[in-house]
Amino acid sequence: MANRHTLTITVADEAGELSRIVGLFSARGYGIETISVGKTLESQWSRATIVTSGDERTIEQIVKQCGRLARVREVKLITSEPHIEREMALIDVSAKAGAERQEIMNLVAIFRAKVVDISHEKMILEMSGTREKVDTFIEMLKPLEVNDVTRSGSVAISRLSPFERIAEVAVSAKA
Amino acid sequence: MRDVAQLRSTTLPVPAVEEIHAAPRGAEILVRGLIKNGVDTVFGLPGGAVLHIYDAIWRFRDEITHYLVRHEQGAVHAAEGYARATGKVGVALVTSGPGATNAVTGIADAYMDSIPLVVITGQVPTAVIGTDAFQEVDTFGITLPIVKHSYLVKDVRDLAWVIDEAFEIASSGKPGPVVIDIPKDVSGLTCEKGNERRNELIFAEPEQYVDRTKIAKVVDKLLVAKQPVFYVGGGIVTSDASDELMKVAQTLQVPVTPTLMGLGGFPTAHSLSLGMLGMHGTYTANTAIQQCDLLFAIGVRFDDRVTGKLATFAPNAEIIHIDIDSSNIGKNKQPHLSVVADAKAALVAMSANLAERIEAEIGASHESRLAWWRKIDEWKASVPLVCEQSETEIKPQSLIETLHRVTNGEAIIVTDVGQHQMWAAQFYACKDARQFITSGGLGTMGFGLPAAMGAQLGRPDKQVIAIVGDGGFQMTNQEIITAVQYGIPLKVVIMNNGYLGMVRQWQEMFYDRAYSEVDLSVSPDFVKLAEAYGAQGLRASNPADLMEVLEKGLSHPGVTIFDIVVSKEENVFPIIPAGLGSENMILKQANGK
Repeated sequence: MANRHTLTITVADEAGELSRIVGLFSARGYGIETISVGKTLESQWSRATIVTSGDERTIEQIVKQCGRLARVREVKLITSEPHIEREMALIDVSAKAGAERQEIMNLVAIFRAKVVDISHEKMILEMSGTREKVDTFIEMLKPLEVNDVTRSGSVAISRLSPFERIAEVAVSAKA
Repeated sequence: MRDVAQLRSTTLPVPAVEEIHAAPRGAEILVRGLIKNGVDTVFGLPGGAVLHIYDAIWRFRDEITHYLVRHEQGAVHAAEGYARATGKVGVALVTSGPGATNAVTGIADAYMDSIPLVVITGQVPTAVIGTDAFQEVDTFGITLPIVKHSYLVKDVRDLAWVIDEAFEIASSGKPGPVVIDIPKDVSGLTCEKGNERRNELIFAEPEQYVDRTKIAKVVDKLLVAKQPVFYVGGGIVTSDASDELMKVAQTLQVPVTPTLMGLGGFPTAHSLSLGMLGMHGTYTANTAIQQCDLLFAIGVRFDDRVTGKLATFAPNAEIIHIDIDSSNIGKNKQPHLSVVADAKAALVAMSANLAERIEAEIGASHESRLAWWRKIDEWKASVPLVCEQSETEIKPQSLIETLHRVTNGEAIIVTDVGQHQMWAAQFYACKDARQFITSGGLGTMGFGLPAAMGAQLGRPDKQVIAIVGDGGFQMTNQEIITAVQYGIPLKVVIMNNGYLGMVRQWQEMFYDRAYSEVDLSVSPDFVKLAEAYGAQGLRASNPADLMEVLEKGLSHPGVTIFDIVVSKEENVFPIIPAGLGSENMILKQANGK
């Protein structure tokens, strides 16, 4: 059964390394739902968060194939451990002064979103949260006039300390 | 015509490198880097973007011998042949644009068969990258999915560490091709002090570590298995584990079947050998796989040409899979027990474990398998490989067998791809690893001739014979002149049936004999062609002449091209049709033909 999974890949911040990962996905026929990349604490290492879907065997292959790359330091199937995953969206919505703008402000309050730009005609909202929460927020805005949406794709981080992770691996190896 | 030997010995008033530049140029750093990494042989063809590098090649000609091929595909295949025959890293050097694209087939071939290569490609100057400059192509991008690793070196200060690392990556763990793309200005610029490597390498593959607890489990399972089979592949050859494999197989008295890539890793004629398995494997090997209760797979990847239909491959067996590449485990077939390890290291650990066992345990294990061996010996006797013979025409199988006899089974055999490749695999019984060199994964027609040239240069002590078809021969035969030029005593046996034979066989068997575009009866006169190249050309079409012709040609000190005219519509048997299981194995020609 195809399930959605999130991977974090720690890769050297060098030219071409990201295309190597993306190329591997397309060459082996794996899909990428979202991808986002940024530097880690150490400037020479970047971390990519990739959301993909596949059955257990496909996911296992993806993890192993990415792990083979010479400049990849770590591939983590983060959905298999306690983690935090967030996505951000910038939403351009038409809003003239009055009831329309008030309704948007209500939704912004309920979802704890932010207004980051405003004009006589429209507003730009910033929303971050789980993918589902972002989906719902956009859905709730749809009766109004949503002009455009840009989403960041997921970023994720493990809740385990490196020590806990080693302990957990040891436990699962015994089981 | 220019005499190359003369050209090479000409002493031009070339000033010493140090006199021209205080600091070395990128090109010199590159060539010194090659020498430092043990390279004395390079295959290549110059062009605009690599002029600086060729200047350095010229200056260092006493330390590095460059072989000028006639097409870049030949350079990479020759480097592959050299690497496959020696285990060392093969090196090819080509220019930008078409030079690089011509090299792509060879790089892909090396990638599929895990062959260690460093391929150096020229690139347009950094200032014009991305402007569609003359002979510009995105080599890094084009080769991305077919390399183990690659570099576009934009700073001359990175060149030194990149070269060292390229050799390390190409040859370590599961080997593979590494591409270094060098813009023209980078090879021309001087460099006082190089950069340090920025990131350490992190290998996913274990070098020598083996999980001993798991190995003990593996040995436990092997000892109690009633009907086990060893399924061994290219990993045995790569990790130089033949002796260790022999030791473990003999201690346990378990039958061994090699893949095409594993041929020679275990001697074919050995009593424990079942011969090759897979699509054109022996009846015994494939039947043993079908009936085994334990499949011990090592250095293999469950390739589709081996397994056929996965569901019916070793259907009753518990599967143990040992491979250095964790992504091979469970990729096609889920094992019950797996160890990620170098084949040699794993077999050494198995031997050590076996040495601790009491003799009675091993003796009981042998006895419990006597019934299995009776079955196997019965299959071997009742359905052997059939070497077709004829009085009137040369049968391809008997050509291979005769070659085996003439060479005492000692030659290094390099094949192309097609029917002749399978017959060579079936009938040239190899004794040693690296004795059978073939394009397995990619199945590259045109591989044989240039690869044999590289193999001969790597192993001057051995007779190297390229066995090729009349189709594949015509894809890279321009390299005959390279062999002639450098006095490489290459021997090329063309198995000439006037067809693209394997395709014709499939058309005969699976497409109602509609022979669509496979007729090669209009071909050049290969004997005259050989002579035009300055090589010896010999032809045999009568079985009575075959032995004499082979002996004459093989004892010739130079290049010999044999045009051996064989029966036109011979088929390779056994065959398991693609996608089917070994229960669908076809053993011989259907009646009525």
